[in-house]
Amino acid sequence: MSSVEKPQIPAVEGWLRMDEADPSLLGTRCEECRTVYFPPERTFCRNPRCAGSSFEEHPLSRRGRLWSFTNNCYPPPDPYVASDPFEPYAIAAVELEAEKMVVLGQVVSGVNVGDLKAGMEMELVLATLFEDDENEVVVWKWQPVAA
Amino acid sequence: MSDEIAVLGVGMHPWGKWGRNFVEYGVKAAQDALADAGVAWSDIQFVAGGDTVRNGYPGYVAGATFAQALGWSGAQVASSYGACATGAQAIATARAQILAGLCDVALVVGADAAPKGFFAPTGGDRPDDPDWLRFRVLGATNPIYFGLYARRRMEIYGATELDFARVKVKNSQHGYTNPNARYKKTFTIEDVLESPMVSDPLRLLQICATSDGGAALVLSSMDYARKHTTDPVTVAGVSTVTPQFPQTVIEMPNFATDSAATQPLPDTPFKDSIAQLAYEQAGLGPEDLDLAEVYDLSSALELDWYENLGLCNPGDAEKLLNDGDTTIGGRIPVNASGGLGCFGEAVPAQAIAQVCEVTWQLRGEVGDRQVEGARVGLTINQGLFGHGSSVILKR
Ligand SMILES: [Zn+2]
Repeated sequence: MSSVEKPQIPAVEGWLRMDEADPSLLGTRCEECRTVYFPPERTFCRNPRCAGSSFEEHPLSRRGRLWSFTNNCYPPPDPYVASDPFEPYAIAAVELEAEKMVVLGQVVSGVNVGDLKAGMEMELVLATLFEDDENEVVVWKWQPVAA
Repeated sequence: MSDEIAVLGVGMHPWGKWGRNFVEYGVKAAQDALADAGVAWSDIQFVAGGDTVRNGYPGYVAGATFAQALGWSGAQVASSYGACATGAQAIATARAQILAGLCDVALVVGADAAPKGFFAPTGGDRPDDPDWLRFRVLGATNPIYFGLYARRRMEIYGATELDFARVKVKNSQHGYTNPNARYKKTFTIEDVLESPMVSDPLRLLQICATSDGGAALVLSSMDYARKHTTDPVTVAGVSTVTPQFPQTVIEMPNFATDSAATQPLPDTPFKDSIAQLAYEQAGLGPEDLDLAEVYDLSSALELDWYENLGLCNPGDAEKLLNDGDTTIGGRIPVNASGGLGCFGEAVPAQAIAQVCEVTWQLRGEVGDRQVEGARVGLTINQGLFGHGSSVILKR
């Protein structure tokens, strides 16, 4: 994380538990059919067999298995705020066992596609997405669990 | 069969980066399709436009835009959008009008003028839009999703970069003489593997570019067609299916799949269900196909389609490719037009262009790239936000 004393804000309000010791993505769970959603659903359940419209917050599992991965060798276009000079970075799709869902995320810097293998255990951490004049914007990233 | 319609005429404006207004491409394609059909514009009763979202208001009301440019004639109109599946939406709309008996003859038109480089989301600060958020939070461009699928094939089926490169080489050999293609050259394996990496394992020459282009069809009832021709190409099935919950494969522009923890999986995964409905409508199966035009947004994605179409079992697509089965002259040629690898994508025109190619193939009119004796052809693609697109044509 940055050393500058700027307030930390999540990249998307309400998606992240901003606890460095125990970070997680914040999904929701339908109180009727118990289906978990990420990004969080808060209005109507998307299960076509359920009429639920009440949700409780449901932090997602912090660990999962790597489903697939790739990288950005070139800076993505706006509204992505790319570092200058641009550093290529990997993106992972990670399968959460309990939720039976696959969640995308950037991979922590320093870990490249050559370091990754499908099936690896990955863990969610908090990291800086970018800094602007007022804030440090924080995002989730996937990091291989040290063997 | 009573639920078939005829393809009376087809037309295209060549793909490229022409730097002109999309309306011009659409009108040229429409005029060619009308001439091919031998139908006057003033006889068209219904216009189905495929929208472009990158060309301002005229693009959102494409049906009316093309109708006005061709000269207001009082025809009824509809405009539709389904991302890469836009053309199929327009075809489905026109077909429903014809089959319902609400009109006899319809014109379908799609055209685009595309920006350079990566497709980026609509501007402004829009944190409620997943298409904006995926760029903002992940930098997840379209090639990122294609890269995830390609790497998955490598990890579970042992596919290689060489397999992916062979798709590009094959399609370039199919399409380099196609007068409507943008890239009229053949590529070697070395060309592909020496091009810059974009989203590992996909390199620049394995990722579809964005193009300008236009395509159009004249569709009619079978009764109407009989007055113009004795042996028309017919549309035997059109699929515009959406996924079923829970959708468990990560799709553009999403951050996550649905959770499959509480609900049973659908009988058929989404991408398999797209062709399945078209097959059911046509009363045909993969064994009946003589050719297929599939959406090779990346070279690796073409291999996924072989399996989704039922041309081979999951994991066998590389063998099908490497045995030459999907090359012209093989058992089931795929992307005889050259595919997106030779065209680049002109979003609302592309699914219509696929139908143009299959129509010409079934008529035996394409010269160098002809699939000899083709009687049945299928087109398939998928638009982001859950749009299936498949058309089966026969003669
Ligand atoms: Zn529910």
